[in-house]
Amino acid sequence: MASRKPFYLLVGLLIIAGISLSLHRHYTYDIPWLPGETRQTWSIEAKIEFEASGDEVLASLAIPNTQPGFTQLNQQTASPGYGLAYSEKENGGSRADWSIRQANGEQALYYRVDMLLDPYAAPPQPSQPPELKVNVEKEPYATAANQLLDRAQERSSTPYTLARELIQEFRIQSQNAELLAQLKPQINWVVQLLQQAGVPARQVHALSLEDGRRRQELVDYIQVFDGEDYQLFHPENGHQGRPDNLLLWEYHSGPVLEVVGGKNSMVTFSMIEQEQPFSAALNQKFSENELLNFSLYTLPLEEQALFKGILLIPVGVLMVVLMRILVGLKTSGTFMPVLIALAFIQTSLLTGLVGFLLIVGMGLLIRSYLSYLNLLLVARISAVIIMVIGMIALFSIIAYKLGLTEGMKVTFFPMIILAWTIERMSILWEEEGPHQVVIQGGGSLLVAILAYLAMNNELIRHLTFNFLGLQLVFMAFVLMAGNYTGYRLLELKRFKPMVEDKK
Amino acid sequence: MSGPLLNWLREVRERYAHPSRLAQKGVLGMNRRNISYISRYNDRSLFPLVDDKLQTKQIVLDAGITAPDLIGVISEQHEVKDLAGLIASLPGFCIKPAHGSGGKGIMVITRRDDDGYHKTNGQIANIGDLERHVSNILAGLFSLGGRADVAIIESLIEFDDCFTGYTYEGVPDTRVIVFKGFPVMAMMRLSTSASNGKANLHQGAVGVGLNIGDGSALKAVQFDRPVLLHPDTGTNLLTLKVPHWEQLLNLAASCYEMSGLGYLGTDIVLDRQKGPVLLELNARPGLSIQVANGEGLVPRLRQIEALGNKHKMTPQQRIDYAREHFSRK
Repeated sequence: MASRKPFYLLVGLLIIAGISLSLHRHYTYDIPWLPGETRQTWSIEAKIEFEASGDEVLASLAIPNTQPGFTQLNQQTASPGYGLAYSEKENGGSRADWSIRQANGEQALYYRVDMLLDPYAAPPQPSQPPELKVNVEKEPYATAANQLLDRAQERSSTPYTLARELIQEFRIQSQNAELLAQLKPQINWVVQLLQQAGVPARQVHALSLEDGRRRQELVDYIQVFDGEDYQLFHPENGHQGRPDNLLLWEYHSGPVLEVVGGKNSMVTFSMIEQEQPFSAALNQKFSENELLNFSLYTLPLEEQALFKGILLIPVGVLMVVLMRILVGLKTSGTFMPVLIALAFIQTSLLTGLVGFLLIVGMGLLIRSYLSYLNLLLVARISAVIIMVIGMIALFSIIAYKLGLTEGMKVTFFPMIILAWTIERMSILWEEEGPHQVVIQGGGSLLVAILAYLAMNNELIRHLTFNFLGLQLVFMAFVLMAGNYTGYRLLELKRFKPMVEDKK
Repeated sequence: MSGPLLNWLREVRERYAHPSRLAQKGVLGMNRRNISYISRYNDRSLFPLVDDKLQTKQIVLDAGITAPDLIGVISEQHEVKDLAGLIASLPGFCIKPAHGSGGKGIMVITRRDDDGYHKTNGQIANIGDLERHVSNILAGLFSLGGRADVAIIESLIEFDDCFTGYTYEGVPDTRVIVFKGFPVMAMMRLSTSASNGKANLHQGAVGVGLNIGDGSALKAVQFDRPVLLHPDTGTNLLTLKVPHWEQLLNLAASCYEMSGLGYLGTDIVLDRQKGPVLLELNARPGLSIQVANGEGLVPRLRQIEALGNKHKMTPQQRIDYAREHFSRK
């Protein structure tokens, strides 16, 4: 007897690979196990207002990109008459640039972005620390500032602790702080002193997201770098870390808004929170092609729909394998039930069943007449195919005339398969009588219904489409079933008389 | 627990056997037969020898085994009109597809008179019906997968009268399972009116388990249920005893050398003049033989497997071994 070890090894490998791929997708891409889960997205609208002076106008707004915590889904603008360009700056920041030859009076430009709340967001590129700049300040500000920095440096060891202590120091040494505030705002001082101490830091502009808020303004935070990593600090109280629902709007040391050819410019924000089904959210997230991201969501929608069907076939096939090997049901045509089940998915179960029985029943009647014509096999099957098409057309027309639009769906049945089914059943009838027709036909239908129930299950549809690794698990199950030497369920009944009589 | 559920459970227990009891009895299931016996002992390349009855015929002739005479082969549609000429001088004959399975497409004509050709089930066919049957065979209607096929016309066997009363119409044949050349189990298949003159158990033929030792009946079943009398003729089935038993086992056992198949079903009929005649070989013999014998195949198969391949035994030695170990007192 050949060793079965390689076989079990293969099956084990398939299962492990399948499950770990699925786990990977769940944990890396945040794809839920259950269907119907929703993801939070924020729709944020920036409204830019200014007074145009009658000449050409150039308005440039910093726009947020995918960043830790948020994935940018899509963006759009509304700005009648303006030309629009999205531009990437050298420092990594993105901007929306509007331009117009001539504009006069009050102007309003809108920019809207959808951000997905996404713990697994992957920014297109890591944040670049700003270059260190040292400003030389005049007295007495320089002394006051140095006092603050010296005290903070004494109590700190790392860039982050220095930032925290520095902000703290502004509260402790309130006299110095007040003095410095006369020259420029405290946040600028903090950034400048950190730079002076050799710690890359910058002021960033962030938006605190709250559902349904309108005319919000950006709030300032301090971004402090430690190598590649960074932390956000609140400029007033020195709290470290990004608060929930804080979206960084401008974080590349650039201005939030620049307007050339206008005055009194301002930008305000309104936002709403939306629950989106995760698939819609993922569709948008993955629509931008990433080479390494092996996901069906990168395909166009039409192909996705196609794959949704294709990936269900292994489920139906697995059902047939189980029914035949474990239960021992007879079907006419090995995988005919899967094809019928696929048709049921299109038609819905009840209409499908009625249509199937009608067509096969009628087909058997007409086929019994064909028997008398004494035709060669290929010609006879062809005749049956034409007959099936005729019947489908007839049923569709009758159903339509009667106002039963459901009846139109019979066209979804695979016609060649129906023709072969009719032919096989008919021969079975002639050779073994109607009893066998009922047994085999019933077996096929039962398996088809079970396969339909499995394939139409919301959970299974969700899992097969989102976790390609499961296909490997199906493969392993099929291999294991192919190696099953135990009794079939129906054999337990068949051989029952053998264990009865020796009592 | 609720009453209906308990009742249902009880009913299931009554209608289904527990797997462990079947295993204890050594019953061979379909899956195990396919994996552990057919695919292990029957080389795929040898299947055509038994699946194609024309090839079977050839090796049977080469081996000098008694089998029905081949009258003719029709392999092309335009040859169908020659059928009448081929069968003109014969009182009875049999038309079968070379690649048929499960007895499908076999037409047996017992005699001919002015009315036409008499089939075993009493129906009368004319030459047109026969030609249609042949062209159906050629088109692959009865073959696995619908492949184009050829029709074989064989002479009819003159049945030994010893089985009159045990069978209703049709051909009583003896099925012997031959494992690695050892006849491990045997049964007689008797057609009934329910089986429409056919000898297939699932169609309602009676299966009579035979004692490997002497060919006497052990037990009779129809539709997997024990019966004592033939449902049509009323003969006591347990009085059946197959004559020429030694010769029959010899014929069965020699099919192993001839075909090379380790797990084989041989269908043998008794001819009045020639004695045991090989009708057909089957590389996937069914499992009903166990029900007819009231015994599982597994213990016997295991016993043969345990012998190993060390001793090369002659067919006679194998028969003696089987008669000694597998007969029931």
